[in-house]
Amino acid sequence: MGSVKPPPFDYVRAANLDDVWDALDADEDAKVIAGGQSLIPLLSLRFASPSLLVDLGALGELTGVQLTDSVLRIGALTRHCEVERNAAIRAAAPLLAEAATWVAHPQIRNRGTLGGSVAHGDSAAEFPAALLALDATMVARSRAGERRVAATDFFLSYFTTALEPGEILAAVELPVARSSSTWGFAEFARRRGDYAIGGAAVQAERDADGSCRSVRAGLLAAGPAPCLAPGLADAFAGRVVDRQLIAGVVDEALARLAPGENVHGSAGYRKDVIGEMLRRALASAFELGEVA
Amino acid sequence: MKTRVVVNGEMYERDVEPRMLMSDFIRHELGLTGTNVGCEHGVCGSCTVVLDGEPVRSCTMLAVQADGRRITTVEGLSNDGEMHGLQRAFTACHGLQCGFCTPGFLMTLLPVYNEGKRLESEEIREVISGNLCRCTGYQQIVESVQMALDEAADLAESGEGPDRPSDDADVS
Ligand SMILES: Cc1cc2nc3c(=O)[nH]c(=O)nc-3n(C[C@H](O)[C@H](O)[C@H](O)COP(=O)(O)OP(=O)(O)OC[C@H]3O[C@@H](n4cnc5c(N)ncnc54)[C@H](O)[C@@H]3O)c2cc1C
Ligand code: FES
Ligand code: FES
Repeated sequence: MGSVKPPPFDYVRAANLDDVWDALDADEDAKVIAGGQSLIPLLSLRFASPSLLVDLGALGELTGVQLTDSVLRIGALTRHCEVERNAAIRAAAPLLAEAATWVAHPQIRNRGTLGGSVAHGDSAAEFPAALLALDATMVARSRAGERRVAATDFFLSYFTTALEPGEILAAVELPVARSSSTWGFAEFARRRGDYAIGGAAVQAERDADGSCRSVRAGLLAAGPAPCLAPGLADAFAGRVVDRQLIAGVVDEALARLAPGENVHGSAGYRKDVIGEMLRRALASAFELGEVA
Repeated sequence: MKTRVVVNGEMYERDVEPRMLMSDFIRHELGLTGTNVGCEHGVCGSCTVVLDGEPVRSCTMLAVQADGRRITTVEGLSNDGEMHGLQRAFTACHGLQCGFCTPGFLMTLLPVYNEGKRLESEEIREVISGNLCRCTGYQQIVESVQMALDEAADLAESGEGPDRPSDDADVS
């Protein structure tokens, strides 16, 4: 009885990883579901029609946040609200915790998972951009075991990642922030919580004299897949960063981007927004004060 | 597929198709039509319910995913016909006009209310940022929330604790 929106599918709640491998092997149209905050809307709109949903929700192996000396490992099922509040994540990867506060609305952050956002691979999403900036490693898992993929090799094209059929994302691993680390985040959307029209996530290392040792900036909504701003590392290396340097480097990076037009506006407008967000995130990372 | 859910303190067991959304389960299977559906893809917040103490959108959840969990809907707020503090405040401050969005706002706010904390108006706006209202312009909603939270905090400080919906049946 009652109305239904999604097309019919079977559903299984995996009790262990073998259940996942068995289900994915048996049915090539099967899809895994984590928080469901991207997948269920897609089902209701009938943009997706899997034959079987394999619910990862009960798998303890995919949860938990572990901190060692130099690596922070975050289980794929860690929810957005947990990324936002977890003390270890806030200390070891403050950029990621900040990015979480920009993802959707509180009710969605209570269900959506870090792994789901990464596997979804939306170029306008906050986590992929932050993970690119953080030089994260994605831990893929299949029946054959674990496989590690650098974030820069993970996001391939529109909603397409390096995950193979029969593989799931188990965790992400990040280098732990040091005293020399600094970060900045900026995003523009019509309404807080909406997908970004443009944005940037910056992670950098500074030497004792304040000069830049390394810098990476993940961009939001800048192309088909989540991507890094081109050319930053070389331009900044060994230099004391000021506004003038940022302005020049951002202009050069923009010249190499082609965001294209979409519902939010023309290609030119979107480039302007991305450029401004990148300038702000860099200025914030290098503590150059509020941008006028 | 069998799903067993505690809704407003009462255990329900139903055999449903896996594709049934939680919002439709609540409305059509349980007949609890206080939970409204607007967009049905996660954008408007009108379908918000409380799942194990946290507000979530019931239209972006499958009924089978709620198996073994407990849910509170707007019907669970009042106690023996007595309106909940949040409902009283929305009435007093004109926090609703057509009322379509109101159950979603109330359920989004229930966990905050139960914490007994006072919030600044900016913090309130952040809490309700995932709920759309087409009528009020939000100002009266913020005032309603302020009144409800102040009252709840007063009660908490006086040791009485705020209203809680009854929710004590066991799922297992
Ligand atoms: C109104 C609304 C606004 C939103 N705004 C934003 C926003 O501003 N920014 C943003 O980043 N996101 C936004 N989202 C999406 C949200 O963050 C999702 O939670 C997230 O994209 C997907 O995570 P999930 O756990 O819900 O994944 P699901 O919806 O369960 O899955 C998404 C996809 O990933 C796959 N998948 C999930 N987990 C795994 C895994 N462990 N291994 C392999 N594949 C997996 C699924 O098969 C599916 O293809 C919004 C969603 C809504 C409804
Ligand atoms: S009906 Fe669920 S968010 Fe709009
Ligand atoms: S009161 Fe009408 S939509 Fe909010």
